Parts: sequence; structure tokens; C-alpha cells
Amino acid sequence: MDSGNALIYLLGGLIPLACMAFFLGRRKALVQEAQGHKLHSQPGFYGWFAFTWMVIPPLGLSVVLASLHIAGLINVPPQVLVAACLTLAALSLVASLHMIQPGLRARSRVEQVIRWMLFTASAISIMTTVGIVLSIIFEAIKFFNMVSLWEFITGTTWSPDAAFLSGAGRTGEEAAKPEFGSLPIFAGTFMITFIAMLVAIPVGLFSAIYMSEYASKTVREMAKPMLEILAGIPTVVYGFFAAITVSPLVVRAAESIGLEAAYTNALTPGLVMGIMIIPFISSLSDDIINSIPQSMREGSYALGTTKSETIKRVLLPAALPGIVSAFLLGVSRALGETMIVVMAAGLRPNLTWNPLEGMTTVTVRIVDALTGDTAFDSAETLSAFGLGLALLLVTLMLNIVSTIVIRRFKQQYEL
Amino acid sequence: MSPKQPLDRNGLKLMRRRYRKEKRFQVYCLTALILACLFLVLFLGDIIAKGHSAFKQAQIKVEVTYTERSKEIPLTAVEREYTSILSRGWFRTLPQRLNTHPELLGTSETHWIVAKGDVDQYLKGKPNSLKPEEKELVDQLKAENRTRFIFNTYFFLNGDSRMPEIAGIKAAAIGTIYVLFLTMIFSFPIGVLTAIYLEEYAPDNWLTRIIEVNINNLAAIPSILYGLLGLAIFINTFGIPRSSALVGGLTLGLMSLPVIIISARAAIRAVPDSIREAAFGVGSSRWQVVLHHVLPLSLPGILTGSIIALAQAMGETAPLLIVGMMAFIPDAPDGFTDAATVMPAQIYTWSSAALRPYAERTAAAILVLLAVLITMNATAVLLRKKYERRW
Repeated sequence: MDSGNALIYLLGGLIPLACMAFFLGRRKALVQEAQGHKLHSQPGFYGWFAFTWMVIPPLGLSVVLASLHIAGLINVPPQVLVAACLTLAALSLVASLHMIQPGLRARSRVEQVIRWMLFTASAISIMTTVGIVLSIIFEAIKFFNMVSLWEFITGTTWSPDAAFLSGAGRTGEEAAKPEFGSLPIFAGTFMITFIAMLVAIPVGLFSAIYMSEYASKTVREMAKPMLEILAGIPTVVYGFFAAITVSPLVVRAAESIGLEAAYTNALTPGLVMGIMIIPFISSLSDDIINSIPQSMREGSYALGTTKSETIKRVLLPAALPGIVSAFLLGVSRALGETMIVVMAAGLRPNLTWNPLEGMTTVTVRIVDALTGDTAFDSAETLSAFGLGLALLLVTLMLNIVSTIVIRRFKQQYEL
Repeated sequence: MSPKQPLDRNGLKLMRRRYRKEKRFQVYCLTALILACLFLVLFLGDIIAKGHSAFKQAQIKVEVTYTERSKEIPLTAVEREYTSILSRGWFRTLPQRLNTHPELLGTSETHWIVAKGDVDQYLKGKPNSLKPEEKELVDQLKAENRTRFIFNTYFFLNGDSRMPEIAGIKAAAIGTIYVLFLTMIFSFPIGVLTAIYLEEYAPDNWLTRIIEVNINNLAAIPSILYGLLGLAIFINTFGIPRSSALVGGLTLGLMSLPVIIISARAAIRAVPDSIREAAFGVGSSRWQVVLHHVLPLSLPGILTGSIIALAQAMGETAPLLIVGMMAFIPDAPDGFTDAATVMPAQIYTWSSAALRPYAERTAAAILVLLAVLITMNATAVLLRKKYERRW
């Protein structure tokens, strides 16, 4: 009987018992009501009372026993665990039925349980953040024990494969020392992000201005769903589009003006990522521009300005903090984007200013390090967590700054 | 100075310049919007142009002779010159077919057999790697009317395969259903319960505020980091099998949790307080207010948000690559701990395959995925339009 079966037996025993508890509890309350006693709560609550008081002790016991077992403190055979829990369930069923008396405040008791249940659910949601941060930090610490932080930040060569060779026992004169200088990787990431923002910011911002200031209702109702579809396209699809369609186009275009471009150039993923971020920027900017009070526009028109003058001299300066934070959110999304760069950007770290050469990004290296066959404790695998930590810190910072700015901005115009 | 002074020449000039500027600015803005929509049209047009031909498949009519020998070496069932242009996938099924239908032995019949991927591409006029003599043979067969195109059922009824002509999306589609089922089972209840707690129960203190900030930040963390979490915690700590539907579902569940929480909170907040106060007024407890009034009224909004979150999870690839769901998996999973693959991961593996015929199938798989996603999003929008109440 393995743990999966144990779970099935446990639930198979508990669920019928719990249903029985509900009906027995309610029945007892109904009987007492029929005998002329005045109940504190509706009969159903006595059922739920019996239900919860029966389920919680055995579940708690099983969680405690199972975690002690996993921690290796005691050895509990699954059979014993199931038997112990079901016995406890039967005992608590009897006890809870005994507790049901007309004066019992069943509703308040049940409410308390529900409150705890809701709290537990929110605690789980929070544990996710803590879990992400801790799991990445722990593995990253392991990585930085092998590779110095200074070398990681300032080094200009990234060649983890040598680490694999030395791990395989081929440490000879010819095997180079593995190097984990992340500078070229971050340079590639920022280059691609920069190109993406060059596409996304003008197109996104200007279409947001058109939608909120100029467009008629019909145009808005046509354009909005189109942008939403653009936003809903999976990134792997954009990646395919970039690798199969855009990349050859870029290479041909470069050739026609006498330049040489690699098929894994940085320009292609940058352009496609820009298209991906357009709807993101435009919907955020649209939201920001719409939150500027109408009175500001009217004040400006009253002075005899044209629409574009109002937009340029009044609305945009007023919306600037919000729009800048929208851009920052766009940047954080571009930094963490994976599939487009995995499919269309290069694998080789390359420190260059030329966007027509192949470059790699943080996310590409993470995917590459973790989808190989290397052991989990090798420096190459762990390097993914070092890069992941850097990515997490940068995106978290961008998000926090921009959410604070946007909130302040909106508060400013609220009455 | 008279009160009605006409504009002088300079004033008129300035006025015209300002109006020209206004016109120009408007054109810039419109161009941007048109550009954004043009991208969408170009993009969809490109995928459709690449993918639509994968829905039909070439077959070739040949004489098949069933002998004892063809049971052991299936390729001998047809004339030797045809073996290089027919799908090996068909021959593989031959011994089994002869075992179930022994009466076929010793007979021969003309049969439409699936052509090899490259032949299929050649007949569709696409780039291929056929040799000149094979091209000649195919041309000759075509002239004799022994080639035809039929609807590509393999694409929907088969799993992945090393032979592009019989590779299909069935395993990936079933894997997607498994993974999304787990994602919903996990994230919908916890997400809605968290939203209820935060909106209806939580006191306004520092802890609640930290939780709020946390959830908003979670929604903006790059998805690949959820993959790292899944790898470090679910696979390495809890020992859930790599590339199983379970680990994929849990990872995507964590990823869609904040999206569900945020949209459910918005929906719950939209229910006016007067409803709660009326229910409290007739003696309801807090949970009764929530269960009998707030939840039913906010359910359409919650469902809309959840469908959108689900659609997002369905298109997600990066975290699943990290937890190993990109392996070559030809069969649909039998359980939650079996190795599985999902549609986006299948698209990814096909798009990086070296054989040319896969490109067409990648685009076709993308079309199927996009059709499902757009349907889901449209359902969400319709649901919102139909049941949305303005208080």
C-alpha cells in the first residue's frame, strides 16, 4: 500500500463517515426540535457542526503523522495511519453527536471553522510567493557557493559546458575552467528588451491616445477586441512566427542594404516581443488617460487649444507618471518573456552592440540549463537559479515601483 | 480698437499651422492603431497560410499483396519502387492487421496508403527533400490519378510521432485537458476562498496589506520563475514525477492563482453593501451573507475571470518546459502521474524539429490552439455581457 493508495483509503473512509455525520447531526437536532426544545441555530448547522468536528481531528492527525514520517522522525506504515485516522474519525463522530444539544451555538462554531478555512486558503496563496522566493534563493545560494558573486556580475564569458566536462571527470589541461560571467547575457536581455520597447511604446501609446481621445464608439468597439486577441495569443505562437516568418525577412532585409545578419539575430525577437507588448502598453495607458478628470480637458479647450495641443500640453504631462509606470511594467514583462527568445534568439552569449548578431537572454539560458541532461547539483543547472534570482529581483523592483506610482497617480485625481 | 477685429495675416497663418499640426497628430495616432491591428491580421494570415494545408493529407493508390513474408517484413507487401514514397507508419500496422484478419493472407487489393511527409509536401507544392527520381515517380502517379488528398484524420486521432505524416495532436490535447483540470481543481477553490477572505472577512491591518501587495506582485512575476518553483519544490522536494500532468497542473495552478484572486475580488467588491446590510438586518451570519447573497451575485464575474485565467494557463509554455513537459510523448497519459505533454509544448517541439513537414503541422496545431483560446475568451466576454449588473 503506497502513499497514493493510503490517501484513497483515507478519503474513501472519511467521506462517507462525514456525510453520515452531517445527516445524523441534523437528525438529532430535528428530533430535539420535534420534542419541543428551542434550537439555537437552523438544523442544518447542527449537521455541519457534526461534519466539521468529525473531519478536522483525523485530517489533522494524518497531516501531523505524514509530515513526521516525511521528516523521518517516526516511521508510520500507511496501514497504521489509515486505521488510526479512521478510528479517531469514528470517536470524534460519537463525541460531536453527543455535543449536539438544543442550546449549542452551532452556527457560531461552524462560522469559526469557515473563517479558519478561508484564512488557510489565503495563507496558501501567500506561501506561493514565499515559496518562489525561498526556493530560488536556496538554490541560488548553492550556486554562489560555487561561483563568486563578483565573477557572476562582472565576468564577460559564460561557458558552463566546461563545468559539465569537469563534472564528467575530464579535468585535463585541455578542459577549460567553467566561467559564469553573466554580463553578456544581461546585455543581450536588455538589448532585446530595448528593441521591444522601441516598437511597443510608440505604437501602444499612440493607439491608446487615439482610442481614448479621438475614436468614435464604433471604432473603439472594433479595435478593442482586436487588441485583446493580440494580448491573448500564447507566446509560443509568437515564437513560431518570429522564428519561421520574421527572422528570414529580417535577414533578407539586412542583405538588401548590404548588412549581414544571423538567423538568430536580436532584432527579430525584439520586434515580435514589441508586437506582443503593444496591447499591454495600450490598455494600461488607456486606463491612465481615462482616469484624468474631464475638467482638465475642458479647461484646456476653454483656452482655445486644439485637441492635440490639449493632449500634448495637458493630458500627457498629467499622465506622465502613470504612463512611465506602464512602460516599466512593459519592460518587466519583456525581461521575463521566454518562448519568443527561446525560439528566435541565439544560445551563445555575445557581448555586442550590433542587433543583427545572435544574442542570448537570461530566460534562454535558464531554459537551456534546465532542459539538458546534467545532474541537478551541477553548477550549470544551479546557474539557472542564479539567473532566476536576478530576474526575480529586477522584475519585482520594477513592479513595486510602478504599482506605487500608479496608485499615487490615481489617488491624486480621486475626489 | 473695434471689438470685432478680423485675424491678421500672421494670425491666420498661425491658425492654419495649428490645425495642420492637429491633423498630423491625429494621423499619427490612427496610424499606430492601424499598425497594431495590421500586425494581428498579418500574423493570423501568415499562420493560416502556413497551416491550412496540414488539414489535408496525400494518399497514394497501390497494389498491396498480403503474404506470410509481408507479415515479417511489411515493406514487401507493395512493389519495391513505392516503398520510399509511402509512410512507414502504415506498414508498421500491417502485421497486426494480418493477425486480426488472417483471411487476408494470400490475397491482394488496391489500397489508398498515406504518402510520406515529403511526398505530401511535394504534392502541395512546398519545399521538400525528395530525390529527382522520387519526384518523377510521384508525378507519374499523379498523372495516372493515383494520388488524392483527404481530410487529415491522423492529425486529430494520433499522438506525436517521429514520422511527420502520421503525427497528430491527440496526446497533447488530452494532456492539456489533464493539466488544466488539475490547474482548475487547485486554483479555483483556493483563489475564490482567498478572495472571499480578503474582501469579506479580513481586518484592515498590516498583514492584510502585505497579502494584497504580495498577490498583486505574484501576478506580474515572469512565468518561467513558476517553473523554477515547480522544479525546486514539487519535483525535488516532494518527489512528484518529472513531466507528469500533476506537476504541470500544480505549477500552472500556482501561476493562475493570483489572476483568479484579483478578478474574484473585483467581482465581489462590485456587489453593493446595501445587499450585505439587508441580509445582516434579517439576522444572517457572515457566511450566510456570503453564501446566499454575495457569491451568487458575483459568480458571473468570478467565472469570467477564471475562464480568462484558464485560457492564459492553456497557452503557457515556459514553466512547463522547465518541469520537463517537452519530452517526446507519443501516447496520451493514463493518469495524473504519467508523463504528459500539452498543446503549446507540442507546438514548441514540432517547431524545432528538423524535418520540413513538421512546420506545416506546427502551424495547424497553432490554429487549433488559437481557435480554442479565442472561443474561451469569447465565452468569457459573452458571459460578462449577459450577466453583468450595474448597481
